[in-house]
Amino acid sequence: MHPVLTLVIQRLALGLLLLLAASVLIFIGTEILPGDVAQAILGQGATEQALHNMRAEMGLDRPAVTRYFEWLFSALQGDLGSALSNGRDIAESIGTRMKNTLFLASVAAAISVPLSIFLGLLAVRYRDRWPDRLISAITLTSISLPEFLLGYIIMYVFSVQLGWFPSVSNINSGMSFGEKLIAVALPALVLTLVVLAHMMRMTRAAILNVMQSAYIETAELKGLRRFTIIARHAMPNSIAPIVNVVMLNLAYLVVGVVVIEVVFVYPGMGQYLVDHVSKRDVPVVQACGLIFATIYIGLNLLADLISILSNPRLRHPK
Amino acid sequence: MNDQLRYYLARAAQGKMGRRAFMGRAAALGVAGATASSLLATAVHAQGPRRGGTLTVGMQGGESTNSLDPALAASQVPFLYNYCAGETLVNIDPQGNLLPKVAEEWSASADAQTWRFKIRSGIKFHNGQTLTAEDCAQTLRRHSNEDSQSGALGIMRGISSIAVEGDTLVLTTTTPNADLPYLLADYHLPIQPNGGMDDPASGIMSGPYKWAENEPGVRHVLERFDDHWDSSVGHFDVIEILVINDATARNSALQSGQVQLINRVEPRVAGLLARAPNVSVESTAGRGHYVFIMHCNTAPFDNNDLRLALKYAIDREDMVDKILRGYGSIGNDMPINAAYPLFDDTIEQRTYDPDMARHYFERSGHSGPIDLRVSEVAFPGAIDAAQLFQESAAVAGIELNIIREPGDGYWSETWNTQPFCASYWGGRPVQDQMYSTAYLSTADWNDTRFFNDHFDELLLQARGELDLTRRKGLYSEMGTLVRDEGGLICPMFNDFIDAHNDQVAGWVANPAAEMMGGQAAIMMWSAV
Repeated sequence: MHPVLTLVIQRLALGLLLLLAASVLIFIGTEILPGDVAQAILGQGATEQALHNMRAEMGLDRPAVTRYFEWLFSALQGDLGSALSNGRDIAESIGTRMKNTLFLASVAAAISVPLSIFLGLLAVRYRDRWPDRLISAITLTSISLPEFLLGYIIMYVFSVQLGWFPSVSNINSGMSFGEKLIAVALPALVLTLVVLAHMMRMTRAAILNVMQSAYIETAELKGLRRFTIIARHAMPNSIAPIVNVVMLNLAYLVVGVVVIEVVFVYPGMGQYLVDHVSKRDVPVVQACGLIFATIYIGLNLLADLISILSNPRLRHPK
Repeated sequence: MNDQLRYYLARAAQGKMGRRAFMGRAAALGVAGATASSLLATAVHAQGPRRGGTLTVGMQGGESTNSLDPALAASQVPFLYNYCAGETLVNIDPQGNLLPKVAEEWSASADAQTWRFKIRSGIKFHNGQTLTAEDCAQTLRRHSNEDSQSGALGIMRGISSIAVEGDTLVLTTTTPNADLPYLLADYHLPIQPNGGMDDPASGIMSGPYKWAENEPGVRHVLERFDDHWDSSVGHFDVIEILVINDATARNSALQSGQVQLINRVEPRVAGLLARAPNVSVESTAGRGHYVFIMHCNTAPFDNNDLRLALKYAIDREDMVDKILRGYGSIGNDMPINAAYPLFDDTIEQRTYDPDMARHYFERSGHSGPIDLRVSEVAFPGAIDAAQLFQESAAVAGIELNIIREPGDGYWSETWNTQPFCASYWGGRPVQDQMYSTAYLSTADWNDTRFFNDHFDELLLQARGELDLTRRKGLYSEMGTLVRDEGGLICPMFNDFIDAHNDQVAGWVANPAAEMMGGQAAIMMWSAV
């Protein structure tokens, strides 16, 4: 078998094992939290009788291990069950939320990834001159501000003062693609500002690293334009670290944007997960956790594969 | 006011002149913007309700776990949408009087134990079915079932039999209860077809709005139900409720005009928000209160001298100033204030008195620090309030040790479990219900562990007392008992602070709850 294929299969198997471990961890986590779903739903109004009735109805009185394996096997068959708190089908609810999250993440990624790589290249081209300094200053400022503050500032300027974009990014199935784009403009802008610096700095550092190599000097002696050298000769050789950082940031755009979702009232996965954690709705938390873990592991796997494939020495081992 | 301005005002109020045009003309006549704006609001209000338009409400208190089953309603968004889609037997108006809704009229037997409600004829459910007395009976039966998870179970326990005689619903209570109709206005109790026994979360009820879209925790859309019997409610064509749990996002949405009405304005920004053009902040004195509660049966709080020491050691005025920023009033260590009917305002107000506190503390013989458990979820500003309490108690030589508990699980692990903690109460429509919920010896939520036989007797006696003067006297005695012997330290009653812009009109303060007692969406109207 081709060594790359073996590697891919190995990685996949490892990924699945990681997923299983993650699901166990999530389950234990939700079990050791104080209170249970019945108490969370009834809140201050809980009486012993109502608690008992609710626990019996939800099957919460059975041992944790039994509940875990039951859930795992039905999840493997694609049945995520229904939410304990409001009886809705989880797969259906998550489906809509997931679509929203992926939409926002895609818009933010479509802007931030090309922009950050381009800015990185530009920074190398004008290294230590004012464009480099300016790019670094702006991106580092935006990453240093807490994201909710950045969100409020942008909301205040573009929504309250100028009135260009809505401050509430509520999207629903009745909206056209264009309307959705306008609705997510502000959160996408904030997310772009948040992830830009990390990817830009890594691109800059990785390319500067290979700029010392002999073949860059050769390219210069051939009389190539400086930007061509950076983009065509330096960049492909520094793809591995860049891809890793890009994937980490993509994963962040999917699983880590709950603060932005709250600030802009965006109906994504983060808010959905937080609501259900506070209600001890174990099946939903499990399902969300599993999806997040899958995305994280999947994107990292992809990053590994791309960096292997981009390196001829790994592609053709002796 | 000169004639020209009056003319413009009338035209603007009738919608014959745009708002912007009116403001321009008013400015030309030398009327400042803020004055013109409030003139217009008054004129629009006087013009009366106008039909049509969409109301978009931005609200805190919605989660993706919300259900359309009224029995499970526990937060602000379900509270509001249940009053849009559903209708209770009776309702309570802003003055505290009972309003006939599904029940047209009612009467009590002389002993206040048998109540007859005549059900209005011709009410239709959203599915076209006619509402009958049997539906009402089934609704109450569902909520009184011990297996139900209804938030109204506590209320229903006092009802021993539910029967139907033609178009009349007959309820018998276990003990005389002069307040029964008030209890049936509870937001958990809108009438459902067959009581919701078949499909509790269908959302099909008899209110002025029917369900169009339901995305829990995100957005709820309701459309006017054209066959609704009452034309005094339901002025907007569509009501859209957006769940905006973040306070700053809610304020921005109101300022940018994306929503016309918001709830839960934070006291510290209410003043600033009121300065924004076109925005009115509505502050309503209510029955909700922020409390520190001690278990009267647990050491060291089983000693009344220590309880009194702590009651004297809290600076109420300071808390209203700093925690509520003036949006509230001071409490008097009993759960009742002037917003309740039959309140006795002659009961002496307890004030901050370090000398008295020291005197009672020394008499109690207690020494060493006292643990006070608190969390940010106990009430807004609870941690700051606990620190103020710590400071004012320290002056009297009482050392409070503040323990910060996680917000997650506070209501199951700390409240009603630990002997001294911070909490809040939303208040109830009548005194009897407040006392029965939390101060009767047998109450489920007796969170101060107040076991006082004399108090229990007075409560039952007051319940059956149809003479209002005598009843007021009984309530006064009960309030004094709780104030002087109970485990409740009540420093403040909080106002409800909501806000709306000038695109909507018809706001009437209602002390029952926020958002005009949950009626804002069905009672307000479009002003554009």
